[in-house]
Amino acid sequence: MKLLLRGGRVVDPSQGIDRVLDLLLEDGKIVALEGRIEAAGAEVIDCQGLIVSPGFIDMHVHLREPGEEWKETIETGTQAAVAGGFTAVACMPNTKPPNDNAEITRFILEKAARAGLARVYPVACITKGQQGQELTEFGDLQAAGARALSDDGRPVPEAALMRLALEYAKNFDLPIISHAEELSLSEGGHVNEGLASATLGLRGIPSQGEAVAIFREVMLAELTRSPVHIAHVSTKAGVEIIRAAKAKGLPVTAETAPHYFTLTEAATFGYDTNAKVNPPLRSEEDRRAVEAALGEGVIDVIATDHAPHSELEKVCEFEKAAFGLIGLETALPLALRLVERGVIDLSRLVTLLSVNPARILKVPGGTLKLGSPADVTVFDPEERWVLSPEDIHSKSKNSPFLGWELRGRAKLTIVGGRKVFSRL
Amino acid sequence: MEVSFTHRHLLDISSLSAEDIDYILHTAQNLKEVLSRPIPKVPTLRGKLVTHLFFEASTRTRLSFEKAAKALSADVFNFTARMSSVEKGETLLDTVLNLEAMGTHLFVIRHPMAGAPHFIARHTKARVINAGDGFHAHPTQALLDMLTVKEKKGTLSGLKVAIIGDIRHSRVAHSNIVGFRKMGSEVYVSGPATMLPPEQEALGARVCYRVEEALEGADVVMALRVQKERHGRKLFPSLREYARVFGLNARRLALAKEDCLLMHPGPINWGVELSPELQHDPRNVILEQVTNGVAVRMALLVLLFGGGSS
Repeated sequence: MKLLLRGGRVVDPSQGIDRVLDLLLEDGKIVALEGRIEAAGAEVIDCQGLIVSPGFIDMHVHLREPGEEWKETIETGTQAAVAGGFTAVACMPNTKPPNDNAEITRFILEKAARAGLARVYPVACITKGQQGQELTEFGDLQAAGARALSDDGRPVPEAALMRLALEYAKNFDLPIISHAEELSLSEGGHVNEGLASATLGLRGIPSQGEAVAIFREVMLAELTRSPVHIAHVSTKAGVEIIRAAKAKGLPVTAETAPHYFTLTEAATFGYDTNAKVNPPLRSEEDRRAVEAALGEGVIDVIATDHAPHSELEKVCEFEKAAFGLIGLETALPLALRLVERGVIDLSRLVTLLSVNPARILKVPGGTLKLGSPADVTVFDPEERWVLSPEDIHSKSKNSPFLGWELRGRAKLTIVGGRKVFSRL
Repeated sequence: MEVSFTHRHLLDISSLSAEDIDYILHTAQNLKEVLSRPIPKVPTLRGKLVTHLFFEASTRTRLSFEKAAKALSADVFNFTARMSSVEKGETLLDTVLNLEAMGTHLFVIRHPMAGAPHFIARHTKARVINAGDGFHAHPTQALLDMLTVKEKKGTLSGLKVAIIGDIRHSRVAHSNIVGFRKMGSEVYVSGPATMLPPEQEALGARVCYRVEEALEGADVVMALRVQKERHGRKLFPSLREYARVFGLNARRLALAKEDCLLMHPGPINWGVELSPELQHDPRNVILEQVTNGVAVRMALLVLLFGGGSS
């Protein structure tokens, strides 16, 4: 099976390429990338006016299976992924039961293989049952297919235990992803502390709580010389700590999500439960700092923290509503807004969505080098569309961007040389 | 006075204009006369069903709303969460939709969660009045406080209003800060700093860490109840210390203007936020606030049902 993507603008920062080229895929691999390719028997896809890039990798999603299949399944979640231009996703372990043992990891991979859409990289728990008490079997989990470790949704409460995790992970070269939150400061909170908590009469989650927790992880990375990846950075204070850590040469990487560089706490002012997320939407000052950090290289990755919830968890009192919003199908257009405003260029966008997540997770992809897996995203940076619930492939529709006019859309998603999603 | 009142709900003070507030207070003053008649009842809302949804304890607010509805000849459902299907797990939304299906025209809701009235208002065709939601807002309390001040001072602008107590957890304080600021007065807040977050300034209040600074030259002094039931952990060391440092007594009140008004939304912890010596003080208008509460709630019922310019 051969696919020839003809005449697209190829943006591949892993090779410093940004020009119009033909791309030939064969037997699941990238076999040629040249000015003009003729290939007998290949299916030719006209990509004129479109961007061709290494497949996007979302290193932070919640697929909800096993346990909460009414919100999302591995099949619907990976369907949403490929519709958004993602060829791979890393799924967080806070399922029910949590992914803290090899059986669950294998279950996830089997379901993903059966769905046959995006690649799925299971992230396993750092501690058994995400209870913050004792470490999981890193070796067994890795053998079953886990690619990273995190207690996402809950921080590892004790610094000494996090230290052990960072040390032990070195034996397996497994990245550790930290949900950085000082629980004693955020407990009972629903929105950003400051304008939102004062206006809405809700308990606040202070930005300093995130910064305190990030600082702990940075110090532990220094102590253990083991890499740590900070999930969903939402604050200026957090960005400053990460910047200082990188300047010191510490093995710290970081991601943020599109809602943190697009929205502020103002989105919560009408008690819109779709804007209730943890970490919460922050101040305009925080938003600007996060956005700038993406341009400067302080934040390495755009990940969505795709967190599907049904009406059962969202159409209710704000304080009862679950935290989280879906993001797989809006990440690309929201990231393109940064390009439009000159915060980043297209090459940096592809670095944030593809090259860096592959590097941090140590998974294949993130490049169109010859011989690499044929995971490719083709998108139209100009197409305008309005987000409506009917467009959403995810089982849940909890997006604060419903009704937004968006610009830029995935047109074709190729995984292992197979077209898994097409709008062409 | 020909003003149109087009609101369908009263969810918070922020969504009212100064003209709206004037109009509500003016209507309340007119309706107050009804309450002093030998038969304090008019037929204005005959055939309307007002449902009181109380998910939290209340004496004054609930009975004041009931009195207001009955004085206007409306029918009243009194729903309290205890002994209802809420205890079987029925959701707020289902509860509301069921009571709407029984013919409710207007919900009065008190709920421990901020934004619950806003949530209901999005899902019902009935009108909604917020009778207190979490730490967020208590707009009818602020309106009755403003009515009391207006009657006594003749104006709501150019005054210094001091609010003393647990500001962080007080929906009464939040609605009064917004309301008095809107009407052109200055609002000073003070109390234990653990309950006095700096972001109150964003609402327009001046934060004072010394009670005396807030009280100095005040026209209106409002004490808040120390809400023992709301906090997970102790936010000040003891009630004794609270009374000594933040409690209002004759000596502290002497810092305010001689003709100041002493107010409290109730229920009062005598000996904590208010010294018992203030019980019969001529500046104390606490029970007049209660009477005005009925008038303000009557006005809101009439206005929300579109009885605008009577």
